[in-house]
Amino acid sequence: MSDFTLTLIKLAFLAVLWLFVIAAVGVIRADLFGSKAATKAATRAAQPPRPPKAGRPQMAAAPPPPSRRGAQGGAPSKLVVVQGERAGTVIDLTGVPITIGRANDATLVVTDDYASSRHARLYAQDGQWIVEDLGSTNGTYLGRTKVTRPMPVPPGVPVRIGKTVIELRK
Amino acid sequence: MNSLGEQIRAVLPYQRRNAASFAVLAFAMVLTLSAFAEVGLARDGHIPAGLFTIGGGLVVLALAAYFVQAKFLPYADPLLLPLAVALNGLGLAMIYRLDLDTSDTKKAAQLAGKKLIKDAADAPGQLLWTFVGIGLFVAAVLIMRDTTKTDAPLSFTPKTAQRYTYLTGLVAIILLLLPIVPGIGAEINGARVWIHVGPLSVQPGEFAKLLLVVFFAGYLVNKRQAMSLIGKKLGPFSLPRARDLGPIVVIWFFCLGVLFMQKDLGTALLFFGLFVSMLYIATQRVSWVAIGVGLLAVGVFVATQLPFMAHVNQRIDIWQNPKPYFDGGCLLDSGKVVPVNPDTTIYKREKAAGSGYPGFTACAKLGGEYSDSRQLMMGLFALGEGGVLGTGLGQGQPWQTPLSFSDFIFDSMGEELGLTGLMALLLIYALIVQRGMKTAVAARDPYLKLFAGGVSFVLGLQVFVIVGGVTKLIPLTGLTTPFLSQGGSSLMANWILIAILVRMSHDARKPAPQAIQDEGMTQIVSTR
Repeated sequence: MSDFTLTLIKLAFLAVLWLFVIAAVGVIRADLFGSKAATKAATRAAQPPRPPKAGRPQMAAAPPPPSRRGAQGGAPSKLVVVQGERAGTVIDLTGVPITIGRANDATLVVTDDYASSRHARLYAQDGQWIVEDLGSTNGTYLGRTKVTRPMPVPPGVPVRIGKTVIELRK
Repeated sequence: MNSLGEQIRAVLPYQRRNAASFAVLAFAMVLTLSAFAEVGLARDGHIPAGLFTIGGGLVVLALAAYFVQAKFLPYADPLLLPLAVALNGLGLAMIYRLDLDTSDTKKAAQLAGKKLIKDAADAPGQLLWTFVGIGLFVAAVLIMRDTTKTDAPLSFTPKTAQRYTYLTGLVAIILLLLPIVPGIGAEINGARVWIHVGPLSVQPGEFAKLLLVVFFAGYLVNKRQAMSLIGKKLGPFSLPRARDLGPIVVIWFFCLGVLFMQKDLGTALLFFGLFVSMLYIATQRVSWVAIGVGLLAVGVFVATQLPFMAHVNQRIDIWQNPKPYFDGGCLLDSGKVVPVNPDTTIYKREKAAGSGYPGFTACAKLGGEYSDSRQLMMGLFALGEGGVLGTGLGQGQPWQTPLSFSDFIFDSMGEELGLTGLMALLLIYALIVQRGMKTAVAARDPYLKLFAGGVSFVLGLQVFVIVGGVTKLIPLTGLTTPFLSQGGSSLMANWILIAILVRMSHDARKPAPQAIQDEGMTQIVSTR
């Protein structure tokens, strides 16, 4: 086999190797921004119009993006207990996650018969605070919504844990 | 007020990506088969027999793995399996290619009546181990299959391992200790990391790696709050309480002690990095990284001062200046290096005196430490030979480097695929790590987050340590290159690792169950 053919084969293999990498990146891209096939599948799935999922009302109520950026500027700086046994307690928000529950190792220990020992967790992500229910018996409520999955907590919206209500304040 | 990620997920929920996964997998197979074809065309001018036997074998195995994954874990990440198959296939092609050349040397040695080269590239053997590895992947996917029944027979998800945190830590220590046990332990190439099981030698450290991730994840998920919040403040650092840190430091000292005894510095570095990164993931405190890097510096300094750790000094010396050590060099107490290669007179004198290892005895007479940088230098020559585009598969001479099929397979790849090919290989590794980290981010359970994060970090660190070692970026330490190197333990452990990640990605990407009662929109009542 001539040197020229061998060089061509060599370059062709390197091209195949890089095309493989690019194809793999393309799959990730489709995961992030949607592909034609994925969009089609999604619209097909959404064809019978259904009411929005129970877990998503927050999104519908969320303000449009520009005001969101404005809200980020005034990120909450403290957590205030507004109702319950420990009403008036203020915890500074430093970026460290906060656990709430009856257990001794919780950040905010609530002596509340309706709270679980590890009831809920608040943590910062992308400049906002997220509340997550840790499998509590009586549930965590954000406003009037039951927290079934991690949800962002806007400042001023009450988070209810048993008889305790907390709020994030600027 | 959702993060960008949540907004994207709201309009674009995770889909089943089985078709995309299959397309990339088919591409990986084409890549493997064309590597085999190029080897044959360049060496012998025709399509090699190995394309059908070994390449075909891998294709069948990969298809089986794909169908099992698509059936039992349909929401799994689409890229993990194809990327692993591509690396495994390229490794097989390179080992096949080295096997063709070393088998000629083997035959010549046999004809000349010399002793056989004991350690050599063995493509059919590697295919067998790939079979076992993918078999373990399939078995792991079947055992960890997604089922609604929690008490189904043999149902074991990564989450189940959380129940056996301390037991797993104990098993990891036992696995690490096994090679020291006389009778079953064996020292190969200067590191005592092997055990003999019947006719096979196994590296238990590869499996201990996975078990330690399970232990750290299980322990830290319980203690992370206490570790990140409770403790004394020392300037910018906050030190956790001794009882939170105690068990983890004990197990860490134990691992490092064992590894220093076994002279396996690569694995020690790997476990140390794992420890620091998982502490960081769990506590979200940068001070841990600072403490970890500080501890590493202290460890390296202590190791260079201890007399019985002389090999650490040697490794560092070879790394800084490998040239005088080529084919044998002697490090004197004064810090000077005297070459004792076959061209020197002292070597010739010892050889004339009938010494079996002339360089070694010559150095012993000088009162220094003997070491040889031949391997590292040959690997660097191979990389230089490859240049930007490489010599082309089957057209270089990568077998000249000792251990060109295992520790130095990355240099072999560099000689034949060039910088262009190496960048693509590193990107494939980076993509696997990225998919793993993405799984960790998307995981809903804190334990699984830590587990996935640790497992993907340890894979990335392992690639860094060995690739950095063979390219003289950091001192050379013996570790396997995941999926590429020849060797059963490494393949088995890494395929199990991929199976665990695949299972966790299925959990993370599966749509959340719909509420039975659809309450409709709820208005937020502002209480201000």
